[in-house]
Amino acid sequence: MTRQTLLQARHLRVRRGGAQVLEVPALDLRAGEVLALMGPNGAGKTTLMLTLAGLLPPTAGELSFRGTQLHSHADRQAFRRRITMVFQDPLLFDATVAQNIASGLKLRGVPAAERQARVADWARRLGLGDLLNRSARQLSGGEAQRTALARAFVLNPDILFLDEPFSSLDAATREGLIGDLGDLLAQTGTTAVLSTHDQGEAARLAHRLAVMQQGRIVQMGGLREVMNHPEDPFVAAFVGMETLLKGQVVRCHEGLLSLRPRKGPGDREVVAVGEAQPGQTILVGVRPEHVFLSLHTDNTSSARNAFPGTVTKVIPQGPFFKVELDCGFFLVAYVTAQSLSELGLAPGRRVVAAFKATAVHVIRKGGPDAEL
Amino acid sequence: MDLIWEGLRQALELLLRLDPEVLQITLLSLKVSGIATLLSVVLGLGLALGVALNEFPGKRLVIALMNTGMGLPPVVVGLFVTVLLWRNGPLGFLGILYTPLAIILAQSVIATPIIAGLGLAALQHLPPGLRLQILSLGATRSQMIWLLLREARLPLLAAVMAGFGGVISEVGASIMVGGNLKGSTRVLTTATVMETSRGNFEIAFALSFILLVLAFTVNAVLTHLQQRSRPR
Repeated sequence: MTRQTLLQARHLRVRRGGAQVLEVPALDLRAGEVLALMGPNGAGKTTLMLTLAGLLPPTAGELSFRGTQLHSHADRQAFRRRITMVFQDPLLFDATVAQNIASGLKLRGVPAAERQARVADWARRLGLGDLLNRSARQLSGGEAQRTALARAFVLNPDILFLDEPFSSLDAATREGLIGDLGDLLAQTGTTAVLSTHDQGEAARLAHRLAVMQQGRIVQMGGLREVMNHPEDPFVAAFVGMETLLKGQVVRCHEGLLSLRPRKGPGDREVVAVGEAQPGQTILVGVRPEHVFLSLHTDNTSSARNAFPGTVTKVIPQGPFFKVELDCGFFLVAYVTAQSLSELGLAPGRRVVAAFKATAVHVIRKGGPDAEL
Repeated sequence: MDLIWEGLRQALELLLRLDPEVLQITLLSLKVSGIATLLSVVLGLGLALGVALNEFPGKRLVIALMNTGMGLPPVVVGLFVTVLLWRNGPLGFLGILYTPLAIILAQSVIATPIIAGLGLAALQHLPPGLRLQILSLGATRSQMIWLLLREARLPLLAAVMAGFGGVISEVGASIMVGGNLKGSTRVLTTATVMETSRGNFEIAFALSFILLVLAFTVNAVLTHLQQRSRPR
């Protein structure tokens, strides 16, 4: 099924102070999808978002909304009344919660009676029903961002732009709000563009992912596709594929290839699903949540890859622990607190790390001696 | 001390029996400084908005000039406006020297940079993303400007109060361009200077007292406006 394209960008360029800060040849936003823009600070996420939202005129390029090009100031003004944006800071007005939620409706000339009903509805849906008469200055960070979201959703926008909306919140508040936002986006079928540098946030909210670096989109595709099949080491690292292995293909048979990591003892071979020529240098990646740790080699396991190794570092990471291993090559695994204590994981501990051949993703292939 | 009490007593007496001359002087002060403040609000806020909302080369220089203008000595303004309005001066043909209009002009020159400078600071103090947030809520340019002014209303009204306070209390420019002419350009400050120099301290105190009450009343009204629409 091909969904209608809502917003189409072509040959977008933004220059600032003589330097090119954005270059996006093509971007299509389809009705009903949530597109996440990921990238480090300064990658151009906000610039792209402001350009797409008609808030920053591009130096060059075209923007079309529902097939109509946005040329003039008046076009952009009309377009801005079809969309809205939520920023990292809630940017509430010095007024009550109700007045804040109503502000966009008022600017768009919605009659007072209708305004009131819609404000009440969205305040309730974001859990702000009891705070309507509270001054926005007295809200907690989470409440303030909920008010900002209510102010946006109440407009029933064709496109909702969310510029790192959770970055200023504490972890617990963020969790709750991401969950609620996901529900609201699904219920309303709102088309959205979300910028974030958190892969977990993107994974929970987005259908498609665009990874940005230095003003360009380096990879764009379905969420799982980009997460599991990053096209280059930068994207791989950014979407959380923490183990990257470079090595030479020693064998390839019936869709399974064996790779000898460049670092580490010569007898270790990593088996991956894929096709390559023996002798070819390739780069593969393994997501940490696909690596399982045990104390002994488990012969009943279906995992084709099992390597003894030593724990070098244990790093708490939210609900998980990130375990770094030396298996002759560097390997990262995520374990739960329970596994951590059951296996007695601590630096120096000997364990076996196992992962399936399907968990190894070929990122890039080179020639026989190619530098990757 | 006796002098002060006598001044207060006389002031009350002058006020209570609505002495026509004092009443005329008081109303003229209010009118002249009120109009000058209004003019300065329009010019000063326009200037502040223009500088706050646009990027242009030399912006910092303009801001520095505005801030310098906040400290313009009234006598210097008085001198320049006098020369400007002098019979053979560039604006001499207007024939408004030694009229209330000349005082309004001079006081506007004093208050405009005050309101522009403090107004610009008020606008620049707003969160940098607020303008884009307002536009993304669907505002037209004029709606955006209105919302920005409303968001900065506390410091902006403080700027208006500073502007009004600057002109209602100044004497140098008023006396130079107005001439302290009885019945036409005599305002509270110039009358106070004159009575003091004549040794009529009681009347001078009375006029000063009226000036303070006037300043307080106007600022109380502005303060009420300032604090009114703040949700608690």
